Amino acid sequence: MSSKNLLLEIKNLKVSIEENIILDELNLKVQKGEIHAIMGPNGSGKSTFSKVVAGHPAYSIISGDILLKGDSIIDLSAEERSHLGIFLAFQYPIEIPGVSNEDFLRLSYNAKQKFFNQPEVDPIEFLNIVFKKMELVKMPPQFLNRNVNEGFSGGEKKRNEILQMILLDSDICILDETDSGLDIDALKIISNGINNFMSKDKAIILITHYQRLLDYINPNYVHVMQNGKIIKTGSFELAKELEEKGYQWLTT
Amino acid sequence: MINQSNKVINNSLNKLVNKTYQYGFSTNIEKDIIEKGLNEETIKLISSKKKEPQFLLKFRLKAYSKWKTMREPEWANLKFPAIDYQSIVYYSAPKSQKKLKDLSEVDSELLNTFEKLGISLNEQKRLANVAIDIVFDSVSIGTTFQQELSEYGIIFASISEAIQEYPQMIEKYIGSVVPIGDNYFSALNSAVFTDGSFCYIPENVKCPIDLSTYFRINDQTSGQFERTLIIADKNSQVNYLEGCTAPQYDTNQLHAAIVELIALENAVINYSTVQNWYAGNQYGKGGIYNFVTKRGLCIGINSKISWTQVETGSAITWKYPSCLLIGANAQGEFYSVALTKNFQQADTGTKMLHIGKFTKSRIISKGISAGNSKNSYRGLVQMTDKALNARNYSQCDSLLIGNCSNANTFPIISVQNSTTRIEHEASTSKIGEEQIFYFLQRGIILEKAIELMISGFCREVFKKLPLEFAAEADKLLSLKLEGTVG
Repeated sequence: MSSKNLLLEIKNLKVSIEENIILDELNLKVQKGEIHAIMGPNGSGKSTFSKVVAGHPAYSIISGDILLKGDSIIDLSAEERSHLGIFLAFQYPIEIPGVSNEDFLRLSYNAKQKFFNQPEVDPIEFLNIVFKKMELVKMPPQFLNRNVNEGFSGGEKKRNEILQMILLDSDICILDETDSGLDIDALKIISNGINNFMSKDKAIILITHYQRLLDYINPNYVHVMQNGKIIKTGSFELAKELEEKGYQWLTT
Repeated sequence: MINQSNKVINNSLNKLVNKTYQYGFSTNIEKDIIEKGLNEETIKLISSKKKEPQFLLKFRLKAYSKWKTMREPEWANLKFPAIDYQSIVYYSAPKSQKKLKDLSEVDSELLNTFEKLGISLNEQKRLANVAIDIVFDSVSIGTTFQQELSEYGIIFASISEAIQEYPQMIEKYIGSVVPIGDNYFSALNSAVFTDGSFCYIPENVKCPIDLSTYFRINDQTSGQFERTLIIADKNSQVNYLEGCTAPQYDTNQLHAAIVELIALENAVINYSTVQNWYAGNQYGKGGIYNFVTKRGLCIGINSKISWTQVETGSAITWKYPSCLLIGANAQGEFYSVALTKNFQQADTGTKMLHIGKFTKSRIISKGISAGNSKNSYRGLVQMTDKALNARNYSQCDSLLIGNCSNANTFPIISVQNSTTRIEHEASTSKIGEEQIFYFLQRGIILEKAIELMISGFCREVFKKLPLEFAAEADKLLSLKLEGTVG
């Protein structure tokens, strides 16, 4: 594929926190229209990878680069990366007491509008926009009055992440264990949301432990991460194999 | 991982917190000062300068001899070097204290000072719905809307003026809610108080505008000892607001005030404070020591006193606005937001003393601590044996920003009869890096994130403030926190 279809490129990325190397010479290319799954044992660096791409201030990049649509983003702040199209659905969406979902979503939406010199929308206009998106993930209207993630069930939190992803219409979305803690019905709603959102201009990286999610969302590639690097890349078949055999056989 | 990212957060938190204090300028004006130091002569001189009646001089001298036998309280969760009471100036007033016919005669330097503080004494530009009494160091320099208020029979004057004009009322009520010997600082204030506001709302009158006092400490060595007395007669109602600022000095200044409120049958007093004294610099140098005794007496049946405070300034805050609920069905409320940053220390809360039957009280306290500050809630709810069927609800929430700040709550509940109902809820939360990252990842900048979280945390208290004040308080808190989070 041509380089104009390249959305995200990770080049020899080496990252540390407090002098521990946690990503080591990591390489990954994600093209438009692709779905990548990253699997791997606990502590292999999957969540770290997602936070580093999103620009979490705690991590230091020692060497290597992260390119978004051909431009390096490692010197950009987390909010700039967000505006430019990087979305991270958190593994454990945090509760934010005292801040309503409605305010949070509108501010987030308007921040992006402003970044691209688009007019900001007023609260009433915003309701029209957000209600349509909420239907896609089967969120009731009352949800807007509740505080961000406060008192949400596991399923509601994950649905809220997907709602935000759809609302911000980001180009490259990293979903960190979005399937964990979901019952079958919630998993179906969320998978539907993701599949409908996906298009030929976007890309998704799924971080998951289970093949179950991949039955609903078919990845083009399955990567195995261990000790901060990708040690094996394959197709959907690899996920099945991992489900059967675990990770041990890859290293021995 | 935690440490490193906290460092990042703390750095930006500090930036946010260390916004300069915009009221820190001082006014150069000729002053009439009584030599620093405290003795009987100082007190006699204050009293004679103010041409006070004999009863008041006696009151002062009694307070002084009481004070000499007392010791500074040590139970509060506060640490500060000993205060040298002999190095304080107890009286400092702008010169040319001739009787002013109207406010246009106020010294132009002073007028400029208050314009800069955003308070206009100019009758044309004055706040439309607030009458204001302005206290500069030791004296009141003017009160607006007096004429209009007097048409309703409302007295709103500086306490010095009231002492001259209504001595009987002062003699009857002064010290009736906060007795001279109530505590160390109340004794000191009773001995040396210089000015403050007085307000009387007659029977069946609902005060048509909000009343307000603005306190300004200007002098570097002077203390401010103000005294406020508000009496709401039967079926009357008043909203009262209080604001405070001071210049930025490296030394600490003492502020020891007394506020006494009296609510008769069916009367309602809402008393709000936005306290923004200079808090000291980012290393904890300078700032006001704020030791205040505020107490309301709900003596009439169905009377109600509500305290709302937003405490953001002062190096040290020691303050417990309280209610004595005596009349049957009387109600007391305390709504508080206390924000501390850098090396500020606040020990604040309330006392609700239930004496009458069916009395009710409600306490909502929100403490926010950032930087290296220390923020404590201290409260007492007491149900006496006569307070049958009395009720209390308390909620104390603390919010920590960064990982070097400190929050404590010291609630005391004392119940002497079995018909009462008491509820107490408490929580501690933290604005952590993961919450902030969540905002950032969604494209919302840090300052906005903090502002949203803080205003959400304080909402219950802010909605109790009068409208202009609420907006100001919201702005004040986000300004104060600008630069505190990363």
